[in-house]
Order: sequence, then C-alpha cells, then structure tokens
Amino acid sequence: MSAGTDQAPRARGESAPGAPLLSVRGLLKHFPVRHRGGGAVVRAVDGVDFEVMAGETLGVVGESGCGKSTTARLLMSLIEPGAGEVVFDGRQVGSRDLPLREYRRQVQMVFQDSYSSLNPRLPIEQSIAFGPQVHGLPARAALARARDLLARVGLEPSRFAARYPHELSGGQRQRVNIARALALEPRLVILDEAVSALDKSVEAQVLNLLLDLKQEFGLTYLFISHDLHVVRFLCHRVMVMYLGRVAEIGPARALYEAPAHPYTRALLSSMPSMDPDHRTEEPPLSGDPPNPIDPPSGCRFHTRCAQARSVCRERTPALSAPDGLRRVACLIHEPDSGYAASPALSIDA
Amino acid sequence: MAESVVSVPGSPAAAGPAPMPAGGAGYWAGVLRRLLRDPVAIGALLVIAALVVMAVFAPWLSPADPFASSMLKRLKPIGAEGYLLGSDELGRDMLSRLMLGARLSLFMGITPVIAAFVVGSTIGIVAGYAGGAVNSVIMRTIDVFYAFPSVLLAIALSGALGAGIGNALLSLTVVFVPQIARVAESVTTQVRTRDFVEAARASGAGALTIVRVHVLGNVLGPIFVYSTSLISVSMILASGLSFLGLGVKPPEPEWGLMLNTLRTAIYTQPWVAALPGAMIFITSISFNLLSDGLRSAMDVKR
Repeated sequence: MSAGTDQAPRARGESAPGAPLLSVRGLLKHFPVRHRGGGAVVRAVDGVDFEVMAGETLGVVGESGCGKSTTARLLMSLIEPGAGEVVFDGRQVGSRDLPLREYRRQVQMVFQDSYSSLNPRLPIEQSIAFGPQVHGLPARAALARARDLLARVGLEPSRFAARYPHELSGGQRQRVNIARALALEPRLVILDEAVSALDKSVEAQVLNLLLDLKQEFGLTYLFISHDLHVVRFLCHRVMVMYLGRVAEIGPARALYEAPAHPYTRALLSSMPSMDPDHRTEEPPLSGDPPNPIDPPSGCRFHTRCAQARSVCRERTPALSAPDGLRRVACLIHEPDSGYAASPALSIDA
Repeated sequence: MAESVVSVPGSPAAAGPAPMPAGGAGYWAGVLRRLLRDPVAIGALLVIAALVVMAVFAPWLSPADPFASSMLKRLKPIGAEGYLLGSDELGRDMLSRLMLGARLSLFMGITPVIAAFVVGSTIGIVAGYAGGAVNSVIMRTIDVFYAFPSVLLAIALSGALGAGIGNALLSLTVVFVPQIARVAESVTTQVRTRDFVEAARASGAGALTIVRVHVLGNVLGPIFVYSTSLISVSMILASGLSFLGLGVKPPEPEWGLMLNTLRTAIYTQPWVAALPGAMIFITSISFNLLSDGLRSAMDVKR
C-alpha cells in the first residue's frame, strides 16, 4: 500500500500543465537594523517578480545573502512581506478566495538543517502526522498516512516510525522532513537548501527520491541551492538572484549555455569545470557582495561587473519582458538604455 | 533505493543505537533509565525518600513526644541516655523534633517551588513564544522583582503580609516566580526559533497547538530541572523566615526555627545546636544533586 494509491485524486485546480502555479509580484522585505539609527534597513528582498509553472522545478541560485532564503520564508508566510502579492493557482494568498490556512496546506517546505527541523521530543511518525492532524484528520488516519509516507521515502515504518530524530542519520532525517512536507498533500514544495548539508552520495539518493516523488505526486518544486551542478541536474528553469533582486530567469539549459547577465556568467564560470580542455576563462567574481543595507546605486552589480559602464551606476535595469521564457535585468540587453554610448567603468581592484 | 538498504549489510544497528525497543519507550522512560544509572542521583533520591518517609510517619516513628519539655533535662549532649540526639533548650527530645520538623520544612521547601513552577512557566512560555513587545512588557515587569535579592524580597513580603505559614509560602512563591519565568522565557525563545516550530507554523497550526505539541515537551524539562534546584533555596529561605519569626511559630518544630531557638546554646552544646542546620544541609544538597542528575539524564541530544 503506497501513499499514492489510497489518496483521493488531487484537486488539480484550474491550472493546466505549464500555467503559472505561483505568481510573485513585487515581493519586498526590508529588515530594520538595530543599533544603526536613521531607519536603516537590510534590503533582503527588494522587489522580486517571478512565476513558478505547474509541474516544473524552478531553481533559485545566488551567493549567500542574496535573499534566497528570505524569499522562501516569505512564500511560506513565515514572515510578513513589506509589499508585494503572491498569487497561487489564480487566487491571491490571504484573500477570501485562498485563506492562509488553505494556502499552507498546498505549499510546504523542507528546511536545510535536518536536525533542527524535527522536534527532538517526538517520534518521527508523530512529527509527520502533526500537519494532517492540524487540518482535521483523526490521529489514527494521520499516523497511517505518516507510515505510508515513511515507506514511500524509503524508511521502513516498522523499523523507523517510533524512532526519535537523534537516532537517525542526516540523510534519513531529511527523508523524514520530506515525508513531513508531503503529509499535507501539497502541490508546491519549497526546498530550501534541502540537500546541501548532506554527503554527496546521500545527496544523490535524496535527489533521486525527490525526482521520483515529484512524478508520483505531480509536485512542483522551488529548489533553492548554491550548488550550480545540482540545479542544472534537477531544474527546468533557473532564477539567479543578486542582492535581493532577480538578475536573470530562464530555462536551465539556455541559461547555462548562454548566460545573458554578466553576473550569471560570472557565477557559472566559478563552477569548477569537469573537462580540462574547457578551463574557466571568464574572470571570476572577486570579493563579497556589497552591503545590502546600503546597496550600490543603479544596477546593483555594477561594482563587480566586468562590463559595467557609467550608465550602470545611474540607471536601474528592469526585468525585461519575457522573451521565450527568458527575462534578464541588465542594461546591455535593454534597448535605448544608453549603455552602448556610455563610457566604460573601471572597477576598483 | 533507501539509504537504509545501503547501510544495513554492515551491521543491523547501523541506523541507530541498538537498545531502542521497537515500540519506542518514550522520552521520559529513557530519562528514568539514565537517571537510575547515576549512583549520585540514586543516593540523593534515596536520602530524599528517607526524609519523606520520616516526615510522613514522624508521629509513629519518633521515640518521644516532641512537645514534652523538662527543665531538668535541658541541653543533653548527643548520645545521652534516652536522648539519642540530645535535647533542646526546653528539654525536648531533639530526634523526635527533627523528625516532626521535617514535615513543615519539606512542605515549605517544596510547595512554593511547585506554585512558582506553574505560574512562572506559564508567564515565561507566553513571553518567550509571543516575543516582541509582549515579551518586553512581561520580562521588564519580571525584572523589577528580579532586581531584589531573593532573601530581602522574601523578608520584605513576609513582613508586609504578616507572620504565618500561609504568608511565608506566598512570599516565597513570589520570590521564585521571576526566576523560573526567566529560565522559561529563555528556553522558549531558543526553541521558538528552531526550524521544527517554523515547520509547524508552515503547516497552518495555531499558536496554542504548537506550544502544546512542540514547545512544552522541549522546555518543561529544563524548567523542571532548574525548579528542583530551587527547592533547597526555598527550604533555606523558609528556615530563614522562621528564624526571624515570620514563618512557623513555636512550639511547632521546624528546622529553621529550631536553629534560631538553639542559637543561644551554641557554646554549651554546639553539636546539638548544629543538628537542624545539618538536616537543612543534607536535604538541600540531596535536592541539588538530584537536579544535577536529572539534567544530565535529560540530555540526549546527538
């Protein structure tokens, strides 16, 4: 008896395959900075637009501090957004059409730290059964579902159901977390660095499990990671973030083969190549990203961009209109931006 | 392909410690098992059990009437005939009085701590889970009480409320509530930021459900351990109040009060005069050792 067979057919909503399941418009979150008066804020997420198509895996990449995790927490409504709207399956989240509680059943998250995301005082089956019980499933049925899911993620219920988190390995705990996220039968699963803390061999197993589950349950993934190889392996489309903004978004293959944004190019060139004949030739990114409390004017990347010109300092590039699913925020690709006529900018060493 | 399948061939216990029964013995069963492996904790537990038995059955166990005084047999030394532990300044049998005194002393040591555990945990968990402005208001109010030394606060409150056991218990409770609330608040704040609480919120659970299922189990243990360590403090404070005439009234035997009335005999019969103090010391150190044992027994992480 697998978890898939005894579940009622999912309410698929109106969204056909390929239609946006989740649309994010102008999502913004500024955190106030203490001990730094004058209303200083960290612009963690600063006006982000993107869509997640039903049935796809959207990868989100970027350096630490670029707002990936904050975006995930905003999407989960774990923190209140400063501005912006989230539309799920054509219905605005938090509106009467889609109350937060119902939205939370449909969107679940797997956290990076597999230990911290399980209650150390609860047997793992109870942790998995908690969500369904909150949504009104009787305890017995919730536990039965928990055991089904444990079996589905490769942990034999008779051996593992009654164990506590500290009695499991990291990979096993992350399987439990995945089962927990699936217990509410969500349609979108946010994976926030879900495999980053695992050993490479275990990581591969968990990734394969994620792919299987996606197919079996018809899931959509938002896959946040700093591992560009994994993102390429797993994702249909990729979104590149830089300092709280979207730099580029597009199909994984096109984006990896021909990055449009200089930041994407720099990021990809930092990937160690597997082929000695194709050594990295682009200049790598140097230094840390600028301080998000006081981000650079104009294009935020101009301080580190090899192709920056003086106009980049003044003009903020907008995310371009979709061009074959591809969008980029760079003045080079913006017609009439004045980039071509602008003198080159020397970057500080 | 489960990784359990990969790891099993080496050893059957590869995935976890062997002594885990299939049914899941539960967390508290594990704590008890580890506690009973700790000789110091067992010793403390036995001493406390003996004290409780002694207190409960004092009227039947005591060799003499603890209230019968005799001016002729005042201040007998330890080991005197008919007076195993000597006699006090009114010629009453010390052993009998110490046994009966255990009742009030233990009662006044434990009751305020239980009351403060209930009240303080509630306040602290509410403050810790709510966070933000609610936390600030509650904790700053608590800090006002916390600023006073506990002895001073207990004496001031008892003095203001008037002498008597009830008022002494009340003032001791008030002394301990802020201390327990502080511990409860800090533990709850730590737990609240863990991912499993976030995950519970993400599953749409309300605050009460999250506190009941995910917070209580993780915070009550540490608060309980801290509270048991307060029992000894409470006993000493209660004795102090009785010593000052703010708690138990003579002729009722209570260790603190006995210490007070016997202080005049410190030069003639120092060993007899020190006996109530020794009882307080033994009891409080037993509670402290037990709470230490509990703390290590409850620590199973990783």
